[in-house]
Amino acid sequence: MTGVDFPILLPEIILAVYAMAALLFAVYGGKDKLSGLLTWATAGLFVALALLIAFRNGAGAQAFGGMFVDDAFARFAKVLILLSAAGVLVMAQDYMARRDLARFEYPILVTLSVIGMMVMVSAGDLMALYMGLELQSLALYVLAAMRRDSVKSTEAGLKYFVLGALSSGLLLYGASLTYGFAGTTLFAGISSTLTDGHAPLGLLFGLVFLLAGMAFKVSAAPFHMWTPDVYEGAPTPVTAFFATAPKVAAMALIARVVNDAFASVPSDWSQIVAALAVVSMFLGAVAAIGQKDIKRLMAYSSIAHMGYALVGLAAATPQGVQATLIYMAIYVTMNLGTFAFILSMEKDGRPVTDIASLNQFAKAEPLKALAMLVLLFSLAGVPPMLGFFGKFYVLKAGVDAGMVWLAVAGAVASVIGAFYYLRIVYFMYFGADQDPVESRMSPVQWVMLVAVAAIMVLGVVNMFGIEPLALTAAEALVG
Amino acid sequence: MDNLLSIITFIPAVAAVIMALFLRGNDKAAQANAKWLALLATIATALVSLLLLVGFDPQNTGMQFVEEYDWIAGLTYKLGIDGISVLFVLLTTFLMPITILSTWSVETRVKEYMIAFLMLETLMLGVFCALDLVLFYLFFEAGLIPMFLIIGIWGGLNRIYAAFKFFLYTFLGSVLMLVAMIVMYFTAGTTDIPTLMTFDFSSEPMALLGMTVTGGLQTLLFLAFFASFAVKMPMWPVHTWLPDAHVQAPTAGSVILAAVLLKMGGYGFLRFSLPMFPVGSYVMSDVVFWMSAIAIVYTSLVALAQEDMKKLIAYSSVAHMGYVTMGIFSANQQGVDGAIFQMISHGFISGALFLCVGVIYDRMHTREIDAYGGLVNRMPAYALVFLFFTMANVGLPGTSGFVGEFLVLMGIFQVNTVIAAIATTGVIFSAAYALWLYRRVAMGALIKEALKTIQDMSRRERAIFAPLIVMTLLLGVYPALVTDIIGPSVAQLVTDYHAALPAMAEAATH
Repeated sequence: MTGVDFPILLPEIILAVYAMAALLFAVYGGKDKLSGLLTWATAGLFVALALLIAFRNGAGAQAFGGMFVDDAFARFAKVLILLSAAGVLVMAQDYMARRDLARFEYPILVTLSVIGMMVMVSAGDLMALYMGLELQSLALYVLAAMRRDSVKSTEAGLKYFVLGALSSGLLLYGASLTYGFAGTTLFAGISSTLTDGHAPLGLLFGLVFLLAGMAFKVSAAPFHMWTPDVYEGAPTPVTAFFATAPKVAAMALIARVVNDAFASVPSDWSQIVAALAVVSMFLGAVAAIGQKDIKRLMAYSSIAHMGYALVGLAAATPQGVQATLIYMAIYVTMNLGTFAFILSMEKDGRPVTDIASLNQFAKAEPLKALAMLVLLFSLAGVPPMLGFFGKFYVLKAGVDAGMVWLAVAGAVASVIGAFYYLRIVYFMYFGADQDPVESRMSPVQWVMLVAVAAIMVLGVVNMFGIEPLALTAAEALVG
Repeated sequence: MDNLLSIITFIPAVAAVIMALFLRGNDKAAQANAKWLALLATIATALVSLLLLVGFDPQNTGMQFVEEYDWIAGLTYKLGIDGISVLFVLLTTFLMPITILSTWSVETRVKEYMIAFLMLETLMLGVFCALDLVLFYLFFEAGLIPMFLIIGIWGGLNRIYAAFKFFLYTFLGSVLMLVAMIVMYFTAGTTDIPTLMTFDFSSEPMALLGMTVTGGLQTLLFLAFFASFAVKMPMWPVHTWLPDAHVQAPTAGSVILAAVLLKMGGYGFLRFSLPMFPVGSYVMSDVVFWMSAIAIVYTSLVALAQEDMKKLIAYSSVAHMGYVTMGIFSANQQGVDGAIFQMISHGFISGALFLCVGVIYDRMHTREIDAYGGLVNRMPAYALVFLFFTMANVGLPGTSGFVGEFLVLMGIFQVNTVIAAIATTGVIFSAAYALWLYRRVAMGALIKEALKTIQDMSRRERAIFAPLIVMTLLLGVYPALVTDIIGPSVAQLVTDYHAALPAMAEAATH
């Protein structure tokens, strides 16, 4: 049995072995001097594994009696997670080195959390789900507190840990209720006990607790409270990481649980997901207006974006899941570019994250300002940028599922949200004359920013062929 | 030339990309290069667009020059024009070189300025050519970005407020339209505009939030589109962004805003509202009539009280757009003909009026009416041009302004005489504010010290106005130039509209 199962887990096993080997090597080797090497090696491994997974042949396979599922959906999410994690690692290397943060633990912790994410998106069982989630979370808690001598960073780590532990508790409670009423922890088993189209009360409670725990991980309102503080307090590279790969993993996890374990009772969870979506979209849009710190602003922005991604899930159709996957892919790409820019913001050699410091930035750095302009309009969902197509897909899925009200709410929220993205454009282009912030970019960051901006514009042609891939992935999940 | 429309649409964009990538430096030479490149690109676009006029068959009421390619998400990249849109394309390509010429004196960030205008031209042309719902939306919305920057970077003192107001107002209108478009997509199964124009959307009354909606789905879809086009038009009471945007925008921005961007609303009504939601349009037409009538009278009165020249012309634009909406929803040949004619003519006249303001603003750096007076003494040529366009704005017979207003009034009279009577008073009001403006700016003795050394128009400025004067006169004395082209398509539109109304509703009109 195991002989058949292990090849299915090959990418995860390679990563786990690598993480431990790298840890030993670094501890007994050069320690922090190795951090640059380790960062690049890890990123290279991520990209190689992403390629391996992307070109893996064959239909879906299951390992360990269905606890671990390797299907097109999991592959799509894994490729996205690996590539975005690699992107964050390489573009932050320069920042880490200059800010005295170049520790060898960083790439290793990222690797461990990535393993957790990969297990999450492949989970076919509540136990596998929880294991993946905790592996991811524990690594992230440490990452948030990585700047040990900074009060803000440690505060962020502690806050994240306490609230994260609470959400894990909720999730675990939901899992135990589900197990109690369904008699199994396997998703397929749970699904088969739901035969009459409605979940019994006990399972319903389990579902709600599970969703609450997972909503915390995607920072959907009203479980978003940790996000702004952690985003602001954590070192910027870590924030960039929080904003990308873990979001994909958690969103994929929600998609997996509702469409797998609770596939036969869509009416029970679709309303909950829709409510989360509406609250997140509006809260993200409104609360970001008053923000002065660009990292806090990006936190609220991510809350709003998660709301839109949830609209696709609320539709409970393959097209809806496809829309969510496309949305997440676009969202992650946009965030990589935006954080490449935020990483480069500094004044007199010190990092700044104050939005007002961007005054008249466009005069000093026209090209970077233009790239940011494209990204901001894309985040706001203004055509012809790709961000618009992300919104278009999820709204379309919402209307298709008969939730026109949800689409209208999303549309209205996007107007409110547009305001704060425009405010950044306002500072960069129209702001008062003053010394603008400097932008010191490593070549990697520069390439990342400009390439992402180009992707946002050129994607209008055919979205780089992501559409059929996302559909295949969605159909593998919702059959 | 299978891709003529694509070529026309994207020439300016290609020029903008070339400018962005290959034009370096910010010295005088680089600035001149940017200006010349932009001028050449817009002139080239205008010349190529003349081919449309050659190949266009007015008797064919279907779409012409159609090109179609598959695109993402089941959408198509489909362009085409018919009698209704062809003149808007030409209006845009005709006005752009004039606009670029009028900004020759801009000195801050010239390259970016030209890039913004070139991108804007591509997007405006795309709006008039697009035959796919989402493609239309894409061009329609993307136009906000360059305009936001144009107002925000090169605008007047209060530009920030104006830029935000402009963007958020129009964005809110448009996203509701997007939702309606998605609903249409799922109802009709296609985003192809010609197919949708013949698709029969349900007009069964439906219950919504405890109320019965007459006209059902059609009325709801109509309202969603209306939210977008009414803001763009702009119609009273959602017109308040326009004076702010106009006053703060640089001259060329005002010209493009008044001459082309406002026409997108009217074009939208003709392309979407009337053909796709005839019942919805019919149900809502009385509301539109009253909004238009109020716009005409109210904004004319507001214009009387303005101290700022640009604001006055902006309010006058709102009043003139009132005639357009009125004409469109009267849904007969004269009304719709008149509405389109009025839009074309307003493109020349209001554009020219903003250029007139620009000429003296460049010299005195103020738009206060009180700062001027007696300009005729030192600027005879300018006074003549200004008088000509003032008269055209009033609707003097012999200018294009008259034809549009007259046709619209004829059209509305057949449908609703009360509204026609109210609208006619607007003609008097417009004479009042326009002539009063002229008297205060140009007539009288030249007593202001600052004006004693003012120079008359340069050769470049004269060259800008010449084509506008020619077009205004030509269309004024020979309106068939326009009506021959739009006539058959409008006739088809009107016939389809009336055929689609249920017999009951039809009986109520007579």
